[in-house]
Amino acid sequence: MARVLINIPREIHAGETITIRTLIQHGMESGYRPGADGNVVPRDILRRFTARFDDEPVFAAEFSPAIAANPFLSFTMVVAASGTLTLRWEGDNGFDQTETRRIAVA
Amino acid sequence: MKRCLLMLLCCLPAAAQQRRSSFEDMARETQALQRDDATNPAMLWVQEGEALWSGAAGAAGFSCASCHSAAETSMPGVAARYPAWDDARGAPIDLAGRIAQCRAERQGAPPLDRESPGLLALSAYVGLQSRGLPIAPPDDPRLAPAVAEGAALYAERRGQLDLSCAQCHDDNAGRRLGSSTIPQAHPTGYPLYRLEWQGLGSLQRRLRGCMTGVRAEPFRYGAPEYIAIEAFLMRRAAGMAMETPAVRP
Amino acid sequence: MNTPRRLLLLAAPTLLLPPATARASPEAMAAALREFTGGAAVTPGRVAMDISPLVENGNTVPLSVIVDSPMSEADHVSAIAIFNERNPQPHVITAHYSPRSGQALLATHIRLATSQRLLAVAALSDGTFWSDSAQVIVTLAACLEG
Repeated sequence: MARVLINIPREIHAGETITIRTLIQHGMESGYRPGADGNVVPRDILRRFTARFDDEPVFAAEFSPAIAANPFLSFTMVVAASGTLTLRWEGDNGFDQTETRRIAVA
Repeated sequence: MKRCLLMLLCCLPAAAQQRRSSFEDMARETQALQRDDATNPAMLWVQEGEALWSGAAGAAGFSCASCHSAAETSMPGVAARYPAWDDARGAPIDLAGRIAQCRAERQGAPPLDRESPGLLALSAYVGLQSRGLPIAPPDDPRLAPAVAEGAALYAERRGQLDLSCAQCHDDNAGRRLGSSTIPQAHPTGYPLYRLEWQGLGSLQRRLRGCMTGVRAEPFRYGAPEYIAIEAFLMRRAAGMAMETPAVRP
Repeated sequence: MNTPRRLLLLAAPTLLLPPATARASPEAMAAALREFTGGAAVTPGRVAMDISPLVENGNTVPLSVIVDSPMSEADHVSAIAIFNERNPQPHVITAHYSPRSGQALLATHIRLATSQRLLAVAALSDGTFWSDSAQVIVTLAACLEG
């Protein structure tokens, strides 16, 4: 499991647009970099990120190798009522990680 | 050499007023990465360190927390006091060395190698507890020889470029080398996330980079020379605020 | 004893780097853009891209984009894509939005192989495309390792 940091505002009011910020530990090996032996290191990157709130898509992104190592993403979403935020990162070599966070409105 | 050190120590008060962390010379965007824990990638290692701190490891079934309880209460200021004197070995030891020693000898866990993700993670987590606190080298006369050796190594020319640390980081600090400002070389933020590394690294990794930069053969990881240089640099940076885990270009 | 000149030797590794391996080009970027827009016209405006004009390390470059949009069912941004001219690939990231997003905002850290022009394009629910561009200078660090 890759380490993940998910930053969610502490206090949320119903109907508010909140900003979610995420970091995930991943080298994002571009596939263009020569290794110590002079050969190109094979590509190993995250390809896709999806954010769903109670199974409704709120944000998604497709990455190319130009996304920096330990990818950072920030996006917003409208929170109508309390629910569950599901974040999923998919990538090369079968990488697939899902994190969920409960979001409660005040 | 002794006279050199003496002169240097005499100069310290004057120099102390102009000391600055290389944080000040970074681009605003890089400073912002360090300032905000939600964007600082080093916090991923801190999170791992926190898990290692409270997770039992080794034959003894102890975690760090079993002895030291919560790091938030037991560790503030600790990273700011290293390198310290290690009674068991009769030699100075750096923080990473102490953590690795604790791990192997007290917990009976597999050793954590220098620059391994686990050792960097624990060092960053312990270091974070001192963030904002002043660097406070122990007032221990047994460390004096190491500080003197570190000062000598810092002033010694090395490598095919025949350059000492001091020629860059004292004589030319603040001037430009290529597009970069030459820093004063204060170890305020280690282990830190260097954009060049795309990962977390220790002061020893940074020192090795400098040595290969002047085309010198670096010392091996964990070598007493690095501990001596660190002891000197921490003395030189005494009073400056800890920044662990910092971000640097 | 000319220390500054000796110091400059430290910068030598940068001169030994192989010529830019960039394979993207203004033409490749245009092709990637066509794939995103389906050939529709792109109008400058409504998109604001924020990136430092002078970057000290191309490995991690903070970038953010915000599009002026009510984000309603009838009128919202459906996607934002970032393109570049001089990285190995012209595409950087494509982000997808719905009215539930609340704002058409994207913030991430990207890689830039060298100084170049970046293009941010927003696809709107009415089928129009809007853009902003930025010229970025990537400086080379003196003390590269390895």
